[in-house]
Amino acid sequence: MPKIKLPTKSPRIDMTPMVDTFAVILIFLLLTSQMRSPEPANVDMPFSISETPIPDFNSMTFLVSNDGKVYFNIDNGPDTTLKFRRKILEEVGKAYNIEFNEKELTLFEKYPSPIGLPVQNLKEFLEAGSSERKNMETGIPIDSADNQLAMWILYARQVNPNVRATIKADSDTEFPVVQKVLGILQEKNVNRFNLVTSLEAVKINLDEIQK
Amino acid sequence: MAEIIQAEKGGKGGKKRAKKLLPHMDMTPMVDLMMLLITFFMLTTSLSKSKVMEMILPPKLKDPTAEPPKIIASRTLNILLGPDNKIYWYAGGVSAEEYNNLPPVTPTDYSPEGIRALLLERNRALFRKIDDFKQQVLEGKIKIPQDSVQSAVSKLKTDDDTGPIVLIKAYKKANYGNFVDILDEMNICGVARYTIMDIAWYEDLMIEKAAGITSPTASTN
Repeated sequence: MPKIKLPTKSPRIDMTPMVDTFAVILIFLLLTSQMRSPEPANVDMPFSISETPIPDFNSMTFLVSNDGKVYFNIDNGPDTTLKFRRKILEEVGKAYNIEFNEKELTLFEKYPSPIGLPVQNLKEFLEAGSSERKNMETGIPIDSADNQLAMWILYARQVNPNVRATIKADSDTEFPVVQKVLGILQEKNVNRFNLVTSLEAVKINLDEIQK
Repeated sequence: MAEIIQAEKGGKGGKKRAKKLLPHMDMTPMVDLMMLLITFFMLTTSLSKSKVMEMILPPKLKDPTAEPPKIIASRTLNILLGPDNKIYWYAGGVSAEEYNNLPPVTPTDYSPEGIRALLLERNRALFRKIDDFKQQVLEGKIKIPQDSVQSAVSKLKTDDDTGPIVLIKAYKKANYGNFVDILDEMNICGVARYTIMDIAWYEDLMIEKAAGITSPTASTN
């Protein structure tokens, strides 16, 4: 019996279409997404039906974590061309008699996340490494004895009058903390708020109401 | 698509032909690289932008002697956000003098059968008006630019004078999620008039009584 000799070569898969697909996906991802800036606290947002996207600029964000710490951020991350972050820090520093040098101002300008610590510690904080920073964030003081949040709001609004307040809080945060932040904002005559939520579709049909 | 390259055997007597070989590039490392990049981008970016819900609060009264605007008690619906994701509601107004004889509150929850059913029932006239309007826009009976639909709806809301006036008050044990949920229900049900108020001490008592909380620190201010 003559033996049929099969070629021992393994079948070769042409990877080119696969590369094409991946390239398309990659480009799609690059174009549609934006970098997620790291957040000092994990925030689980509540759901709502609102479809308005979060504003990119002219915003100050108040992040309230579920343990009641308040963090503050202007323009969500790296500075825009108008250099508001630097000016705001300078002004707040002046109010507390702290002189921030050029390097610290630049660091603050580039700092992507909300900050949550008393302004007195901010100098050290900016110099520290990222692992130490985590422990230093104790939340911005909001009690009436030392209401630094009010200061930040005051100067943020002075430097950029068009700034809008955005509140991002964990859904498990106790409401009195959020209410306090709202109260401080209202004292500074901010009456419009954007509450950050995740989208959840809800549809009601009319038959349901009629019964 | 497997491309099987057969080892050609020279047939007997066949002409010897120079094999046309396309240079074959191995794409596997490239695929690996692409995979890696995609995974990286998936993890570091957020695809969908978060949404925001706008909330406008009435400005605080600076003058302590100024009277807050009066509203009709019969149209008001008080929603008290209680602990443990519960809502307690009562209709009408209560004054502080009645603290011995507080009206009972009805417990409900954030489900569609709970607070939403209640609000829709109370707000039926306006909700139908808005719904009819939207339907007519969809069917093309009313010609209106898409971007002015929202303002037309809010006009309908401002003109409304039958729906409830909802007063939202949060008990100290309520959480932020409850608060956003209730504002969301207002939007879903098209409630025209609602506001957020500080809870009064007698309303604290009402919740505590209904929820069976016996707190020694029942605030009396």
